[in-house]
Amino acid sequence: MSEIADKVKKIVVEHLGVEESKVTPEASFIDDLGADSLDTVELVMAFEEAFNVEIPEDAAEKIATVKDAIDYIEKQKAA
Amino acid sequence: MLQSAGSDLGRRRVVVTGMGMVTPLGVGVENVWGRLVAGESGIGRIRSFDPSELAAHVAGEVPEGPTAEGKLTLDEWIAPKDQRKMDRFIHLGLVAATEAVLDSGWTPEAEEDRCATGVMIGSGIGGLQTIYDASITVHEGRAKRLSPFFIPSALTNLVSGHLSIKYGFKGPNHSAVTACATGVHAIGDAARLIMLGDADVMIAGGAEAAVCKLGIAGFCSARALATSFNETPERASRPWDKDRDGFVMGEGAGIVVLEEYEHAKARGAKIYGEIIGYGMSGDAHHITAPAEGHEGAFRAMKAALKSAGITPGEIGYVNAHGTSTMADDLELDAVERLFADDASKVAMSSTKSAIGHLLGAAGAVETMFSLLAIRDQVAPPTLNLDNPSRESAIDRVAHESQARKVNVALSNSFGFGGTNASILVRGV
Repeated sequence: MSEIADKVKKIVVEHLGVEESKVTPEASFIDDLGADSLDTVELVMAFEEAFNVEIPEDAAEKIATVKDAIDYIEKQKAA
Repeated sequence: MLQSAGSDLGRRRVVVTGMGMVTPLGVGVENVWGRLVAGESGIGRIRSFDPSELAAHVAGEVPEGPTAEGKLTLDEWIAPKDQRKMDRFIHLGLVAATEAVLDSGWTPEAEEDRCATGVMIGSGIGGLQTIYDASITVHEGRAKRLSPFFIPSALTNLVSGHLSIKYGFKGPNHSAVTACATGVHAIGDAARLIMLGDADVMIAGGAEAAVCKLGIAGFCSARALATSFNETPERASRPWDKDRDGFVMGEGAGIVVLEEYEHAKARGAKIYGEIIGYGMSGDAHHITAPAEGHEGAFRAMKAALKSAGITPGEIGYVNAHGTSTMADDLELDAVERLFADDASKVAMSSTKSAIGHLLGAAGAVETMFSLLAIRDQVAPPTLNLDNPSRESAIDRVAHESQARKVNVALSNSFGFGGTNASILVRGV
């Protein structure tokens, strides 16, 4: 796992209060990890803060799973 | 008044079938009440922040520690991930509400029952620390980083909101905000909703967590807090004493389960007592000071007596607003005027001497103390009343509890803005 993936996972565990084992790449924040719409807003903010990136609203709306988040951040960081 | 209007609905009686509280004396009704009657104090030097740059250094804070010791371990009540979405006043409110609901045994599953159960939990101020923290985030140019939970964490009616979600209560979802009278207004108004048929059960009360730097600094600026007892915190709250110099802020929550009498009887619920009277008034005088003779308080008490249809002589115990400020003697004036020749028969104490002033939670906690005074036939003490600033025929229960015959008790709460509320309870 990349450093970014590790950090994303840690943030998800911390914010949603879920067990680490449940935070798989395919896990959906809302369907699998118990998040509501406000939780996902907060999560995206936490990613922005932790990785020092901007995630515009239209992009944030497309981040539904752990993998979506990792991919988006990796792409931003590579750019 | 419903009853004086002769309405059929006015005959719906409202009783208390569950109680919960979190105060500076600890968590849990029996725990707090036992310590209160024993004459313990929950006042100490402020622990949650360094108060040294402020004039007042003392407050009543909820003790943290093991549940078995009657202290607060928040993780056992609210999941840590949810705690972050709520101001502390919501935490304390939910702890007290959970105790009250479980105590009442009313956790309905049927849709009809859930729709007949409402919530009315207020707060004097709401999420003050949350607003402070968010203001700093904005001030630092990080407005876009504000938590999406900022607003729902700060909103005063959100104990009601969270509680309704937790137990599926789908009846009236309301909240009272009347500064230091909030607790009595919430319980009195919720009782009225039951009388009017809007609900059969209401979870009602108040929650407050304003012992933060902004809250203490604000009341310091208003010259409202005790500042002469920073080295001896337990002596700082001293209602009616000649050395009193302001109130001591406390935090906590008090919640009752109110229920229509037949509804409670039908399910065999434990009944603490009945809400028999409720009165309100406004001073129309000054934003923080009561008028001479506290005539607003007098009218609130009179209105409560009228709604109950009883005379002052039937009241055995008064839980005074008694904040340990100059206004104590004005309340005493009003109570003396109300009781007239019966003044020597009644006991009146201020339990704020032991737990401080819980602002929006005060009236709810004190209404429960009044119910427990009836249950146990005891008047809890006014601590630190060493030298009354003036004599009175009314026994103010200095230092130690007194065994008393109490069938009816009166609880007073008055708030900034010139708002007054009085509530009368009786054993069933």
